[in-house]
Amino acid sequence: MSDKTGITLTINGHDHAITVEARRTLVDAIREDCGQTGTHIGCEHGICGACTVIIDGEPVRSCLMFAVQAAGKKIRTVEGLATGDKLHPMQQAFMDHHGLQCGFCTPGFLMLAIGVLEREPDISDEDMLDVLSSNLCRCTGYQNIIKAVGAAANEMRKK
Amino acid sequence: MTAHTKGSGLKWVGRAIRRLEDPALVTGRGHFTADLLATHWVRFVRSAVAAGKITGIGAPKDAMVVTAADLKGVKKITPLLHKFNYRPVGQPILADSVVRFVGEPIAAVVGLSEEAAEDIADLVDVAIDETAPLTDAREALRPRAPQIHSEAPGNVILEGRHKTPDFDAAWKRAAKIVKLDARSHRQNATPMEARAGHAAYDVSTGRITLTCTTQMPHLMRTAIADVLGMPESDLRVIAPDVGGGFGQKMSLCAEYVVLVWLARKLKSSVAWTEDRRENLIASFHSRDQYITLEGAFDKNAKLIALRADIVANIGAYSCFPTTAGMEPLMAMAEMPGPYDVQQYECLARGVLTNTCTMAAYRGVSRPVITFTLERLMDKAASAFALDPIDIRRRNLIGKFPYTSAMGLVYDEASYKETLEMAVKAIGLPAFRIRQKAARAKGRHLGIGFATFSERTGYGSPAFAARGMDITPGWETVIVTVDPSGFVEARIGSSPHGQGLRTTLAQIIADEIGVTPDVIKVVHGDTDTSPYGWGTFASRSLVISGGASLIAAQKLRIKLIKIASHMLEAAVGDIVLENGMAKVAGTDRSISIAKMAREAYTQTHRFKGEIEPGLTETGTYDPPGTFSNACHVAIVEVDVETGRVTVEKFLVAEDAGKIINPMIAAGQVHGGIAQGIGNALLEEIIYDESGGILTANLADYMPPTAHEIPEIELHHTETPSTNSITKAKGLGEGGCIGAPAAIVNAINDALSPFGVQIDEIPATPQRIRAALRQAEKTA
Repeated sequence: MSDKTGITLTINGHDHAITVEARRTLVDAIREDCGQTGTHIGCEHGICGACTVIIDGEPVRSCLMFAVQAAGKKIRTVEGLATGDKLHPMQQAFMDHHGLQCGFCTPGFLMLAIGVLEREPDISDEDMLDVLSSNLCRCTGYQNIIKAVGAAANEMRKK
Repeated sequence: MTAHTKGSGLKWVGRAIRRLEDPALVTGRGHFTADLLATHWVRFVRSAVAAGKITGIGAPKDAMVVTAADLKGVKKITPLLHKFNYRPVGQPILADSVVRFVGEPIAAVVGLSEEAAEDIADLVDVAIDETAPLTDAREALRPRAPQIHSEAPGNVILEGRHKTPDFDAAWKRAAKIVKLDARSHRQNATPMEARAGHAAYDVSTGRITLTCTTQMPHLMRTAIADVLGMPESDLRVIAPDVGGGFGQKMSLCAEYVVLVWLARKLKSSVAWTEDRRENLIASFHSRDQYITLEGAFDKNAKLIALRADIVANIGAYSCFPTTAGMEPLMAMAEMPGPYDVQQYECLARGVLTNTCTMAAYRGVSRPVITFTLERLMDKAASAFALDPIDIRRRNLIGKFPYTSAMGLVYDEASYKETLEMAVKAIGLPAFRIRQKAARAKGRHLGIGFATFSERTGYGSPAFAARGMDITPGWETVIVTVDPSGFVEARIGSSPHGQGLRTTLAQIIADEIGVTPDVIKVVHGDTDTSPYGWGTFASRSLVISGGASLIAAQKLRIKLIKIASHMLEAAVGDIVLENGMAKVAGTDRSISIAKMAREAYTQTHRFKGEIEPGLTETGTYDPPGTFSNACHVAIVEVDVETGRVTVEKFLVAEDAGKIINPMIAAGQVHGGIAQGIGNALLEEIIYDESGGILTANLADYMPPTAHEIPEIELHHTETPSTNSITKAKGLGEGGCIGAPAAIVNAINDALSPFGVQIDEIPATPQRIRAALRQAEKTA
């Protein structure tokens, strides 16, 4: 199992040339080979969504994808959301509405909500609740996450 | 939402300022244990069987595989309790000849990558002579049941008994006895970050730094040094950002002991990150209890005596530091809850089984006892043909301080007031009309109430009453104004999502007249924070908050002294605000930064009248204070499928002085979500062979956003006289009340069917089974 392949992962516009085994999951490659530890691992079986990143415009669970499958695609992670010191409206809204406590699931929720809103800016509240139900948070009870995403959606639509 | 404003002159305490923790966490710059890379990676080989004797361990050639045989001289984890017929049992760091639960670590495998370690672990062959397992506590109590530990005959690890002198007389006087057999199934706290540890050897000093996901770094250091027989000063423990704990991360894990042992042996760094399956089967479990509760009521439906038989399944070993006594003894001590009942008899037993070890989970026993007691009150209401509100009105404590039948002293609270607030806010008469109309259409709505007390912020005397060998309680905070005029508060507790960096900064800011954003709260590193117990038991805001206030008050006195000296004004004329010391009624002022510089670099000017430096220490060890709340749930039960939908949840809460309303509300929300999981969804299920059927997050189901309704929150403040900040704790209340309110609501919805649900979680299967049974007997 130790045959390694050279690939390039493009994360937040930066190319990372890495060598990985075929079985290396994308999330392990992002975290350990590319050093982008903002993306977290919660379950490694595609349920909790803590590892959600955006790949070519789609929110994806990076624990369910192999690193080699992401070669040549555009990967976005939580580290790429802010522009300098200017936070993305979603990050700001999570702070304003207390949408996080321990912060472990937060990057996954941010990428999930942003990925969906970029694709469907006018998504209904009901459909957004369906989307948010695909990730788990154990601290907040979700109410403030829902509020934060609603507020950020309004901000994002203004742009 | 109040915006974060500087220099407004307003008090910071009581304001919903944004959290100082958040900027790092929303940008992916938090530091979690699993972010650290290591030279060596560890994988644990765990028992696949629940009970048996290890007859052989086969390892691949040249692989590094550590077993119990290698850990000579390493002590067992043997927590002690000096009361309640406690039988000390020891947990070997790695299973030593006997396995006692599925998931018990047998060997530690070391590889040069995580994948390599997993590959080797797959090749380790453990031969076990299987014996019949005991997973159910009542089974384990049967005569001639197999013995899990020879030290604990009958599998009883502890037994608490209590009976008040006039109990029998009161029982005889009863107009009605109401009885309930309640069952709470087993749960896992399920923090989103599972356990992880990283131990690194420092070649120049020989010290080990263990970074791990713990709620109590100082105690981990004490305990691991003790088990390994190493000087505590050779071990540094760091709790970095911790991705939720909820109690699961406050016990000593054998795995961390192995990591430190390996780092010393290899003189290198080793890391282990558990997967979700390991977390679900082998970290710690909770809430597996049977309670038989009987209430004796007089003719006015006043509870005059209460009798409880509590059987807590504590798993295979006793957890350190709180011991196997945690659940049964807390259930025994706090069973009477918010009700005035002076006669009480209780038998509480902790029972060993071939299951994962019980440890703390948010609320500990109180979600279970509140569910049990609140079911009893609803049953009693129906026995007396009273409204559930009426029976509570007749029995809630109303005079303070109140001394319970177990001798607990309840400070001032608002049990009756929060009940009335909740009743008014929920609109009970309108609901009853809606319920009737819905029933006519075949829809089954129900309303459930739960009133409860939440003992919080208790110090060492309260813990000492349990007889624990390790008696936690106090906290220390060291506040320093550094020479640049910025403030650092080093604390012994170890928050992991509770927002303590913000709330403690608010408390300190008000005292010394600065803004919270210049205050850095430092925690979670035994090298830089004072010894303390950590964050658990709804204690940190009360105890570390109190210690922060004491330290800041001392600092305030010193700052005023320095200002008086530098401004040549009377001490009584100095006002500290907006980062300045001012002489009242004049335009003379000086910045705290200038005073701080003086306090370090120009101390000769103080002529010996003021000590150099600007550091003060506060230690606080309070008696404990009771928060309280009334929870109301409105549910709809689909009688065809057994599915329960929580339509609305309302809370009337009193946690004393609220330091930050936004953070307080967040704690309540999160607790309720866990309570909803507890009531409806979450259950660790063992099969007959002792294997776990719920080893992933699709089978063990924490609630998603879909299952949590909008939560309506009402606050009232009864300032605590047992807490110098007047704040009470509120971290656990949400999950304490929710299961009771929801199950009462389910029973209300199903009342036309003559069905009683006294079991949590109330899954669709259980509700359908009860309905089927009712149809049969009808």
